[in-house]
Amino acid sequence: MELTKENILALLEEVKDPEIPVLSLVDLGVITGAEISDQGHVTVNMTPTFAGCPAMDYMKKDVERTLEKHGITDHTVIMSFDKPWDSNKISEKGRKHLKEFGLAPPPKYDLILDLDILEHVKCPYCDSENTDMRTPFGPTLCRSMHYCNDCRQMFEQFKPL
Amino acid sequence: MNELAIKDLLYKLADDQLILGHRNSEWTGFGPILEEDIAFSSMAQDKIGHSLAFYTLLQELGEADPDTVAFTRNSNQFHNSQLVELPNGEYDFSLIRHFLYDNAEIIRFEMLSQSSYEPIAKVATKLKGEVKYHVLHANTWIKKLGSSTEEAILRLQTSLNEALPYALGMFEPSKYEQELIEAAVYAGEEAVKAEWLKRIQAVIEKTDLKLTDLATIEPKLGGRYGEHTEHLQPLLDEMAEVFKIDPTAEW
Repeated sequence: MELTKENILALLEEVKDPEIPVLSLVDLGVITGAEISDQGHVTVNMTPTFAGCPAMDYMKKDVERTLEKHGITDHTVIMSFDKPWDSNKISEKGRKHLKEFGLAPPPKYDLILDLDILEHVKCPYCDSENTDMRTPFGPTLCRSMHYCNDCRQMFEQFKPL
Repeated sequence: MNELAIKDLLYKLADDQLILGHRNSEWTGFGPILEEDIAFSSMAQDKIGHSLAFYTLLQELGEADPDTVAFTRNSNQFHNSQLVELPNGEYDFSLIRHFLYDNAEIIRFEMLSQSSYEPIAKVATKLKGEVKYHVLHANTWIKKLGSSTEEAILRLQTSLNEALPYALGMFEPSKYEQELIEAAVYAGEEAVKAEWLKRIQAVIEKTDLKLTDLATIEPKLGGRYGEHTEHLQPLLDEMAEVFKIDPTAEW
């Protein structure tokens, strides 16, 4: 395999979010880039979704393991806030996978996020917008909890940030 | 820019988040309803993550690593405001403190996201989005409970009166206040306080609670420079218990 940014990002597609195993870290937007030096040293840049997310360390190690599995031993994986994550960075493919997994994808927003949009999140099961937010804190830092008044089920949303 | 001024600013931000994060974690398993148990536990996790981000910036400026800084100092070396170290009390007190604190914290982060000191600006830009959820949580419950039953209103009012002198202590100016303002690193405590007052008033006006005239309250100062209540040291002892037995333990 030729060492190019595109190839590195393509092979990192196999690294998934440990708690949402259908979503790759590239689609989640947590892997922000890859650089290859003239000497062939590979640098992968990552940024946390939530600063206190306990899975970040695991994700970083998973990226390192995956690089090594593909024979790339000369590497550095950097976790930083240089390009801070926000939920608009989740790709279209990632949004589709979230919905299939039963998690409402975060709505896209322009520049400033107004949390009023949490009030009527689209239900991932029946697409109804007749829903209420029960609590902005769910089973993990990145999820809020909602109730659908039409299909009468609780569901979770990947929080917009 | 004077590095001591930057460190002073980072320490107060980090220590506030660490100590309140720890207090919030004491609600795990004890919340009045499951959702609140999860909310305070989640905010604990967020806040400890935020303190880590600031301790990491301090490490880049030559301070010890985050675990050493968090777990090995004594109370007189902590820069947190006294507000965050007070015991949780009952749910009404924890809720009022959370409301008073997070409404100030989000303003700090909003202002710091414009800081001329780029490392702080980057971290603050990220964290202000997270604290938005904390503020939403606090304001929602204050509005709901602050206009509900007589008992709820009385409890919240008593806790509000008790917490206000400590809340004003959050705005204790830094030794480097003017320097930080002139270098456009930080807008300063007076600016934060003025905006904070507007925002908490806007919420309190929608309830049956009353806000005492702040000019008549003596702020509880000293926390920023190591003067703490008797409640901080026992908290630190408990927080560092595992670390002190085995600093290399992973848990």
